[in-house]
Amino acid sequence: MTTITTAHDTHQGHDDHAHAMPHGWRRWLFATNHKDIGTMYLIFALVNLFAGGTMALLIRLELFQPGLQFLRPEFFNQLTTMHGLIMVFGAIMPAFVGFANLMIPLQIGASDMAFARMNNFSFWIMPVAGLLLFGSFLAPGGATAAGWTLYAPLSVQMGPGMDMTIFAIHLMGASSIMGSINIIVTILNMRAPGLSLMKMPMFCWTWLITAYLLIAVMPVLAGAITMVLTDRHFGTSFFAAAGGGDPVMYQHIFWFFGHPEVYIMILPAFGIVSEVIPTFARKKLFGYSSMVYATSSIAILSFIVWAHHMFSTGMPVTGQLFFMYATMLIAVPTGVKVFNWIATMWKGSLTFETPMLWAIGFIFVFTLGGFTGLICAMAPIDIGIQDTYYVVAHFHYVLVAGSLFAMFAGFYYWVPKWTGYMANETRGKIHFWSSMIFFNLTFFPMHFLGLAGMPRRYADYPVQFADFNAVASIGALGFGLSQLYFLLAVVLPTYRGGKKAEAQSWEGAEGLEWTIPSPAPFHTFETPPTIK
Amino acid sequence: MKLQRNVLLYFVGLLTLLLSPLSFAYTDMPGGPAVRQLNFAAPVTKIMEDIHWLHWFMMIICTVIFVVVFGVMLYSIIKHRKSSGHKPASFHESTTVEIIWTIIPLLIVIGMALPATKTVVAMKDTTNADITIKAIGYQWKWGYEYIKGEGEGINFLSTLSTPREQINNLEEKSNTYLMEVDNEVVVPVNKKIRVITTADDVIHAWTVQGFGVKQDAIPGFVRDTWFKAEKIGTYRGQCSELCGKEHAFMPIVVKVVSDADYSTWVSAKKKELAALADDPSKTYTLEELKDRGAKVYAANCSVCHQPNGKGGGAFPALDGDKVVLGPKEGQYQILLKGKNAMPNWARLSDTELAAVMTFTRNSWSNKTGEVIQPSDFVNARAANK
Repeated sequence: MTTITTAHDTHQGHDDHAHAMPHGWRRWLFATNHKDIGTMYLIFALVNLFAGGTMALLIRLELFQPGLQFLRPEFFNQLTTMHGLIMVFGAIMPAFVGFANLMIPLQIGASDMAFARMNNFSFWIMPVAGLLLFGSFLAPGGATAAGWTLYAPLSVQMGPGMDMTIFAIHLMGASSIMGSINIIVTILNMRAPGLSLMKMPMFCWTWLITAYLLIAVMPVLAGAITMVLTDRHFGTSFFAAAGGGDPVMYQHIFWFFGHPEVYIMILPAFGIVSEVIPTFARKKLFGYSSMVYATSSIAILSFIVWAHHMFSTGMPVTGQLFFMYATMLIAVPTGVKVFNWIATMWKGSLTFETPMLWAIGFIFVFTLGGFTGLICAMAPIDIGIQDTYYVVAHFHYVLVAGSLFAMFAGFYYWVPKWTGYMANETRGKIHFWSSMIFFNLTFFPMHFLGLAGMPRRYADYPVQFADFNAVASIGALGFGLSQLYFLLAVVLPTYRGGKKAEAQSWEGAEGLEWTIPSPAPFHTFETPPTIK
Repeated sequence: MKLQRNVLLYFVGLLTLLLSPLSFAYTDMPGGPAVRQLNFAAPVTKIMEDIHWLHWFMMIICTVIFVVVFGVMLYSIIKHRKSSGHKPASFHESTTVEIIWTIIPLLIVIGMALPATKTVVAMKDTTNADITIKAIGYQWKWGYEYIKGEGEGINFLSTLSTPREQINNLEEKSNTYLMEVDNEVVVPVNKKIRVITTADDVIHAWTVQGFGVKQDAIPGFVRDTWFKAEKIGTYRGQCSELCGKEHAFMPIVVKVVSDADYSTWVSAKKKELAALADDPSKTYTLEELKDRGAKVYAANCSVCHQPNGKGGGAFPALDGDKVVLGPKEGQYQILLKGKNAMPNWARLSDTELAAVMTFTRNSWSNKTGEVIQPSDFVNARAANK
């Protein structure tokens, strides 16, 4: 890694040998350095992205034509379930934690995270959890096939693979909670003198808020899946009517976690976009305080909308109306953020390097996902599209074209700081355009499928849905190949070499991370800078 | 360059090959999805008309907002480029603007919520129904009981009737593939039908999109919804809550007929059900039981144990199985109580159970010659109590 050479230089002038830089496997297993831990999170996330992506391709292979060609339906449902769990808990969440570890200390002028050893533990739990999760395929009966939402009583029926999944999720939840504590304490206590909260980069703000959301809701998920565990093995009937329980209670508890969870997966993306756009517009972020208030409103509102995932469960009229209104309300602060980004671009001096392409692409495609979300929020319409491909289209637009595209923006933006090399611009553009085209080819037809009534989690479908399914499968193949291109033609070469990066790698970039050399030395901001 | 060109050509060739299935001609499903359908099913009820209207209302507003917002962004991308010499302005906040673009979306959202409210309230009003039908979700079929109004007392199971050969690509698929059943729900036109939903095992969901109806079927609980179909015809839906491996294979078919046709159907169905009602004291020959058992096996067992009895994966082969070839008591228990992933089949009649047990003991390479009579199951059930 290029950080080694520069770190040696700083090490020469270092008197304190307690900070001796570790080497070999010990460097990684016992890592306490936020850059190393952040890197490990990103590698872990990338591995899971490809694992989950392979599962998606298998799903789309089976769905390429009507009829069962390759997979038995029970295995198909294992794939849909694990694709969701691996992407949510193995790819998106750890990747954002990776970005947090890499960038928050640099952005606030701190030498590292507040709790460096807990940080190490937070990371190393993850590969163990990932092995448990992925290993559940080998359990008798295979992995759980209850959908990533793991609704009871179906999840109570599943084989031992379900128990492995429950333990894996407990571990990942513990990791998230510890990571969030670390992030909150770091941001609140270790900002450089003069860096008030309202001067802090938006990425730090979005992560501060996300960390509170995580601490609030991960225990709720733990509760829900523990109740499933006890229903399965210890004779409880939380979700079984015969014993006095209620399956719908699972849904309430799950979605009380689940809805803030999707905001957990998008707020850091908003933060990244709020860093990238001002840089390439050469203009400060428009409405900084509004952005902070909007993000906070979204976070607070996210706690009172959960039952919009349950419009067809049979809640009373008042419930339907309340959750419909509350959900529609979230569109307002989200819209404010979109307007602020565009106002940042307005009358700026725009250039369109790869990070900016991804950020603009994000705004475009995420907003589309936001519109379909608003349409889903209308309870009468939702009765027609609940559990159909319309919902699948909606959440892939906001999670893939939202979270993932924002992460690509963050990668191309900050990789010069991590490696000391600029990513190849032409290849970055190829990655962007092919991802955009194939993403839309895959997921846009799903809106039509959902409106026409094709349900989700279906291994087979009526023949009239064949054409759009075929297009989606081809798009999926292209999208997957585009990410393989990203790994082989962008990520690996960039770590090996390329155009040397300046400390301030982008002309319009502002922020503490751009005041240190590229690549960032192993130890940075050991003396906090003073901000005026 | 040459490598890139060749790669591109290969890719185009692959794409052409992959897109070739799109040339197969399928026709629209009567009462179901049309080929390449872009929008909701055609409305059959006022509620669905309202939903259609709401959806268009939302689509138009969202499209207008989209065009305006991205028009502004596109303008900026073109006019405010560094490469054409534009210098950056320095403004970075405006409280007035923030207030405006908070209030206006808020007003738009409130405007959207008003018509939706009316429809939500209407959808929830299940009072004063003419006919009440209970829909019970099973793994993996629907059961229907007409519990109030004309047709009261009728009950039957409704199972997917698409042959496995079509699903396994051994036969051409019909244009009602996966949305056809053996016993359809029949209702009269222009009458308010209340549908009560529940389930026997896990959560299912009953839906007919043309009616604008979807309601989860929750085990141990009772929910309801309603529809008033205004057009005669056959309408279809599919189970809409993941319920296990055959989730995609338990559709809903509702035939809406005139009042006169409905009355005719009611009396015919009642006669049919009376005739079918199996008298468990009857005795049957081996051949009769095997014939009946073959049908019961095909409708219930073959999805896991396969038509050839060879099972697969987690599901054991019945051909040569020690429970099937062993003492009868063992097979009574497994059929009545289930085991692990296998559900119990106590809901089948004694005659059906006797028939399928006889079938398994006398098919494929199993040749026990044993005959199980319905009364054997009457006794087995009594012994279990």
